[in-house]
Amino acid sequence: MRVVVPMKAVPDLVEEIELTPDETEIDREFLKFVLNEWDDQALEEALLIKDASGAEVVAVGLADDPDIDQALYTALAKGADAAVKISGGGVDTHARAALFAAYLEQEPADVVITGVQAPDDLDGQLPPMLAAHRGMVHVSVVVAVEETDGGVKVRQEFAGGRSHVLTVTTPVVVGLQASRETPRYAPITRIRQAMQAGGLREAEVAAESGGRGLTVRRMYRPEQTSHAEMLPDDVEAAADKIIELLSERGLVKG
Amino acid sequence: MTMSDNVLVLAEHTGKQISEATQELLGKAKELAAGWGGTAEVALFGPAEMVAQLGGADTVVSVDHPTLRDYVPEAYEKALLHLLRERAPRLLLLPNTTVGLDLGASLSVLWNAPVAAYVADLVAEGDALVATAQLLGGKILAEVALDGERAICTVVGGAFPAAEGQGEGDPRVVEVTPPPELDTLAMTLDEVVEPQGGDVDITAADMLVSVGRGIESQENLETVQELADTLGAPLSASRPIVDSGWLPKSRQVGKSGLKVKPKVYLMFGISGAPEHLEGMRDAELIIACNTDENAPIFDVAHYGVTADLFDLIPALVEKIEG
Repeated sequence: MRVVVPMKAVPDLVEEIELTPDETEIDREFLKFVLNEWDDQALEEALLIKDASGAEVVAVGLADDPDIDQALYTALAKGADAAVKISGGGVDTHARAALFAAYLEQEPADVVITGVQAPDDLDGQLPPMLAAHRGMVHVSVVVAVEETDGGVKVRQEFAGGRSHVLTVTTPVVVGLQASRETPRYAPITRIRQAMQAGGLREAEVAAESGGRGLTVRRMYRPEQTSHAEMLPDDVEAAADKIIELLSERGLVKG
Repeated sequence: MTMSDNVLVLAEHTGKQISEATQELLGKAKELAAGWGGTAEVALFGPAEMVAQLGGADTVVSVDHPTLRDYVPEAYEKALLHLLRERAPRLLLLPNTTVGLDLGASLSVLWNAPVAAYVADLVAEGDALVATAQLLGGKILAEVALDGERAICTVVGGAFPAAEGQGEGDPRVVEVTPPPELDTLAMTLDEVVEPQGGDVDITAADMLVSVGRGIESQENLETVQELADTLGAPLSASRPIVDSGWLPKSRQVGKSGLKVKPKVYLMFGISGAPEHLEGMRDAELIIACNTDENAPIFDVAHYGVTADLFDLIPALVEKIEG
């Protein structure tokens, strides 16, 4: 079974987000980028399938994504069998889905597992869009993928903890919410080794997405209609105030 | 094909109960359709009895088939694509739940319409449709025009009042023959797993001590657990903590978890992503501890503190235990 894991580099949300001067885009120039956390979960789930049944795991990224080499080498260090850097890039999901679909046409997968969403998705999420391009079936918000005879068994989650177990004939695209295990850790020495071994393969693809059909008029920070009353920085004083608030409501003995 | 001025809402349900998100979308659909001179239609898959819960709709388009009795993404996608071609609405509204995360983006390709995700507001400006979408964990809002004659929006929970969608009307019911593709699906539903009982019900607690990513490790949960025990409050959490397997799903507050409304919601290391806010913003008193003074949670919390939770929690425990 061949499992392909498309990945995306996204702005680190810990950082202050700046907008371009015309305020229609996020200014990506000085931002720090990290691997989309849901893609990290997707990679882990793919590696768990490999651990259980010997699947081949291929991590794929887009060449124009900032720091994508780091993410791909990390995937190799964690146990991916191959890492492929696909020509092209872009923020919008329509363009990305077309590129990943063009790659899958060259090198088909039985199972595609990728993050259910990314924090900068504006025009929809990758897994279903990629599936639509390839005429594949898809399931999102998945929390477990296991290989079965001729397909996979997936668990799809709904609000409030309800879930469905589906049996799906491959090929299928899975949008992963959370892996069964906490994503494994790759020591920096192993990532360096992977980099020195230079195992990244490059793939040239040509794809036309036809555009996303959205015109961004402006981006802005949400207006703060209200703000919390800030308690003192001093821990003792802050703790006293919190206890006072709780005791006023009879929730702690004052 | 000529486009209509109708708005189509996909009904989300558990087989018996239409979701609140559906009513929220229906309210907006009625407003937009009225402005365009069209109708608000609801696509109802599965048993038609639930029409009774859709009194606010002008029309209910019903499709029933054995594969539509419960939610199966492939079946829903095929049935909905069939209806989009038959009914040709101006706009399709989906809830930004599992259903919307499955269907919005694929239908954008298959029905050839733009999609805006995480929509928190939606207005018609003449012929143009303008959505406001949440980006980057709610730190940025994007105002986007959806180009063309048809569009899809996946809408976050609580964006529009559900009351506007509820009604006592008597919608016209149109039964549509299921498309033949439903007879040859690549996926089957084996099992519906209901949430496990036995754990505490966080929706019934007067006070919750809630923890997020700022806790950093599973070992550190003990610190927060100690405070929760001291206060006699259950521990709840944001999504990353549950996804990491550190607390059971029954403790998750937010869009993919539970909606809570305690007297006090005392939260540590939760930045306040929109998905989390959806589950707790109606708490009577929200006290948030987060070291990032710009965290969105401080726009929602009543009281905030930027102290380190590993300093604040022991101080609280010591003072309460006296």
